[in-house]
Amino acid sequence: MKTPTAVEISHLSKAYGNVAAVDDVSLSVTEGEIFGILGPNGAGKTTTVECVLGLRAPDAGSISVLGLDPVRDAAELHPIVGAQLQESALPAKLRVGEILAEYRSFYREPADVGELIEGLGLAGKVKDYYRSLSGGQRQRLSIALALIGRPRVAVLDEMTSGLDPQARRDTWDLIERVRDRGVTILLVTHFMEEAERLCDRVALIDSGHVVAVDSPVGLAARASGGKSMRFVPSASFDDRLLTELPEVGNLTRNGSHVVVTGSGELVNTVILTLATAGVTARDVQLDTSSLEDAFVKLTGRHLHEEGIPA
Amino acid sequence: MNTHTLPRPKAQVQPPKTQPPKTQPPKTQPPKTQPPKAPFSKAPFSKAPFSAARLTRTLLQETAPRAAFGQIVRNQARLAWRLPAGLIFGIGLPMLLLIIFSQIPSFHQAQASFGGLTPFDVYVPILIAMVIAIIGLISLPGPLVTYRDQGILRRLSTTPVPPSWVLAAQLVVAFCITITSLLILIVVSIAAFGLDVPKNPGALVLAIVLSIAALFAIGLCIAAVARTGVAARAIGAAAFYPMLFFSGMWFPRELMSGALQDISNLTPLGAAVEAIQDSMQGQFPPAESLLVLAGYALVFTLIARRFFRWE
Repeated sequence: MKTPTAVEISHLSKAYGNVAAVDDVSLSVTEGEIFGILGPNGAGKTTTVECVLGLRAPDAGSISVLGLDPVRDAAELHPIVGAQLQESALPAKLRVGEILAEYRSFYREPADVGELIEGLGLAGKVKDYYRSLSGGQRQRLSIALALIGRPRVAVLDEMTSGLDPQARRDTWDLIERVRDRGVTILLVTHFMEEAERLCDRVALIDSGHVVAVDSPVGLAARASGGKSMRFVPSASFDDRLLTELPEVGNLTRNGSHVVVTGSGELVNTVILTLATAGVTARDVQLDTSSLEDAFVKLTGRHLHEEGIPA
Repeated sequence: MNTHTLPRPKAQVQPPKTQPPKTQPPKTQPPKTQPPKAPFSKAPFSKAPFSAARLTRTLLQETAPRAAFGQIVRNQARLAWRLPAGLIFGIGLPMLLLIIFSQIPSFHQAQASFGGLTPFDVYVPILIAMVIAIIGLISLPGPLVTYRDQGILRRLSTTPVPPSWVLAAQLVVAFCITITSLLILIVVSIAAFGLDVPKNPGALVLAIVLSIAALFAIGLCIAAVARTGVAARAIGAAAFYPMLFFSGMWFPRELMSGALQDISNLTPLGAAVEAIQDSMQGQFPPAESLLVLAGYALVFTLIARRFFRWE
């Protein structure tokens, strides 16, 4: 039996004036998964989730969230979908606790506020005014408000932008715990590391189109033509020693470096073969392809620079 | 597709509470192809104008727990208290003027040109109108426009609470501040400065309520057209000063030429002062002044409703 679908986007198109922001996007998010929408700025990620939230009406195509139409069935959907939007402020002179209390009152089965703010590192900030919060703290409050109603689907748009690395990891932990409770999470991001770490599946979006949908590992595997290793041999050897191995596809020399590409147990085989010939491979480096490679390979473009974590 | 029958989160997280089923009438799912219809909850929020009837319906419909409205009002009241410009100008400034006027000896002498009233008698209704205008034209629209500008209303529209509840809360808070200010003004005038007790309190209440409706409607119109909080305050001030002139603040209406008085009678504050003054002196206000106020309330509510945007 198929797992139930939480969010079904079919042939969604949305244009602003003459500019198509989203062009014929179809995605299917399974219940209980963290689904990432990854792409550079202006790719149409935010427009897509705004349509999912019912903030924008699609020009064409249809969206179903838990069987409901985001625009037509807004009243039924709002209690069970949580949203964290980019660039949404809160009144400057309200305290964090007052904002949380207000949003908590909107829902019939709200989350435990203490647990939520503990997980987001806001426990000490309850009495602070919103305007005195740092950018990262505001961002975390925004995530808290998205989760405060115990949603069945949470839509998080660039949730960790503006967070320092530690806060980002803490937030990832929290999101994983939320997912473990069975919540479906639709995550918009341009952080590679975030998508690789969190997402069960990722849709790569570029210029309003879906380029690929797969698990992060699956996408990375698509990008790599195979595996690749480079090393400095301790002594000279004949290329044929390695090129005759079934695992090795190609060998190139680059100054003192040797680069070998291939598949299977490439690294072990190469090192063992060299060792039997009395050659040691030094400074061995492995090129593991990543989502970043997948993105470049599939779109011919780089993500925003921030997307490449140090 | 069994999710169709799970319209409330409680069905998922916990077993349904033992609540009477009236909160969710059995809903037949309309076919997917049906075009969006007019009801508020079904239209994109950015296209939904507000109206008193719709607001009442969403408040009664329990799209969100009704306690949420109380929470919103509380936070809006806190904001009014913490950003006290509205309180200073809506309560403090009129009180200051009242005290100054009361200390001018000639203000307590009956004047033939005022039909036997003292200048103080003439100025209390003007101050009442001024309070209503400051709060309606300046305090009311500013926050609403700021909330829209900063995306606060947009954020709210993804929750079970319609953003119109914030507008309603803002109206409640502004109304309460107005009534507080007017009560202080009238009680102090009577107790400390010898103003006669209003002779027709029923008519006075009617005149004040209609004045509030007219000025708040104009304020909502400002909120509808202004893009930023700064613009809203500028438009509010630009509307306030000419209106205040016709209320007689600088030049009492009794001293105005016939033509100027005719114009004044047709302005919101001119009509407000006329109706309030008459009811304080024991007459029922002329129908014309009440109709003018009701007309402003109606027309500007319709305009605001037509042009108000939540995003």
